[in-house]
Amino acid sequence: MTVAADPRLEVRGLTAWRDDRELFHALSFTLEPGAIAHIEGPNGAGKTTLLRMLCGLLSPAAGEILWAGQAMSRCAGDYARALGYVGHVDALKLDLTPTENLRVASALAGRPASTAAVEAALGYAGLRGFEDVPARQLSAGQRRRAALARLQLQGALLWVLDEPLTALDVSGRAWVEATISDHAEAGGMVVLTTHQPMALARRREVTRIALEVAL
Amino acid sequence: MNPAVVAFVALFRRDLLLAMRRRGDMANPLIFFVMVVSIFPLALGGDPRLLAAVAPGVVWVAALLAALMSMDALFREDFADGSLEQMLLSPCPHSVLVGARVLAHWLLTGLPLVLLAPLLALLLNLPTEAMPALLLSLLLGTPVLSLVGAIGVALTVGLRRGGMLLALLMLPLYIPVLIFGAGAVEYAASGQPWTAPVLFLAAILALAVTLAPPAAAAALRVTMGE
Repeated sequence: MTVAADPRLEVRGLTAWRDDRELFHALSFTLEPGAIAHIEGPNGAGKTTLLRMLCGLLSPAAGEILWAGQAMSRCAGDYARALGYVGHVDALKLDLTPTENLRVASALAGRPASTAAVEAALGYAGLRGFEDVPARQLSAGQRRRAALARLQLQGALLWVLDEPLTALDVSGRAWVEATISDHAEAGGMVVLTTHQPMALARRREVTRIALEVAL
Repeated sequence: MNPAVVAFVALFRRDLLLAMRRRGDMANPLIFFVMVVSIFPLALGGDPRLLAAVAPGVVWVAALLAALMSMDALFREDFADGSLEQMLLSPCPHSVLVGARVLAHWLLTGLPLVLLAPLLALLLNLPTEAMPALLLSLLLGTPVLSLVGAIGVALTVGLRRGGMLLALLMLPLYIPVLIFGAGAVEYAASGQPWTAPVLFLAAILALAVTLAPPAAAAALRVTMGE
């Protein structure tokens, strides 16, 4: 994990529109190292939109996102290296094995990982014994685990997670919660959405950001 | 090694590996190519002189349509399964990543077309003197089809029924390649010098290699932003 000079995520006055409906208006928050932000809100409130904006996949109607004190567009390379995103879909190639998938993902993230490192990450994610099975034959929960294992391999500092608990069983949930806590404990940052209660036991602070459905 | 090179190689290898795991997809454009070329003699009658006269155009048009047909596969699946998002979140230059995908795509669909073309040209009684021109023009022309096609696919990948729109967008851009490509083969078949159209194709290829990947990468960002 490489730490930039002042790795801090700042969101200032972010506004998003979908068609002619304002999703959120002048949203501001700051995320320091070790902090977790939990975006809350009903379906259609713009949670995914917000996360995609944080990733730079969508551009906001107004406002700006700063990383380490610089506008996102100014430090695109640094920000991309610091960012890890797991969206609604797992971004796995179903004809490839989890190991092959994660090796490509780590190379794309600029941190190519050895097969041993990939297998260690998969083992940690509870996929020992499934390293060389085509992803097509894995269950939805197992694919989710593989997608989340990617974050650790990529060595991202800021995790942006869209419903990370979907399809996971009890032990999978406990694993994700522990992983998120550990990541924050180690100085990482997490922005996530989830409709399920999360036990982030050792956490000092979880910033809650509530979005509402605008009419 | 430079991270961009590592990412290029990783993506390229991934695409080849994926193609190995499902060989059937690769065969579709080839079968289409063979089918289109082989029904022409049936429709036009068996006159060898007539077939030889239309051979350059028929082979080139069929290759172009086969290439167009295969283009959709370039980003559509990646768009659906989230791989495209991950590609755009990579710190490596996106044009390099697009380049890796297009190169793999051409090797898997364009190159087989090129290799198959002389065989089909024989079927149409194309004089053997024209074979080098046919091979060379396709070798220079099909990568242009893949590169330019990548821009079109990048623009239409978010649309549910982008296939027809893609064809409409791309055909006008493919026409110069078709004219120079089929022209080169025709000149060679009639014993005239054919270097000029081939050089034009080479120039178009050089232009496409430099300009298409950044354009496609920008188009992908626009598409994802909607």
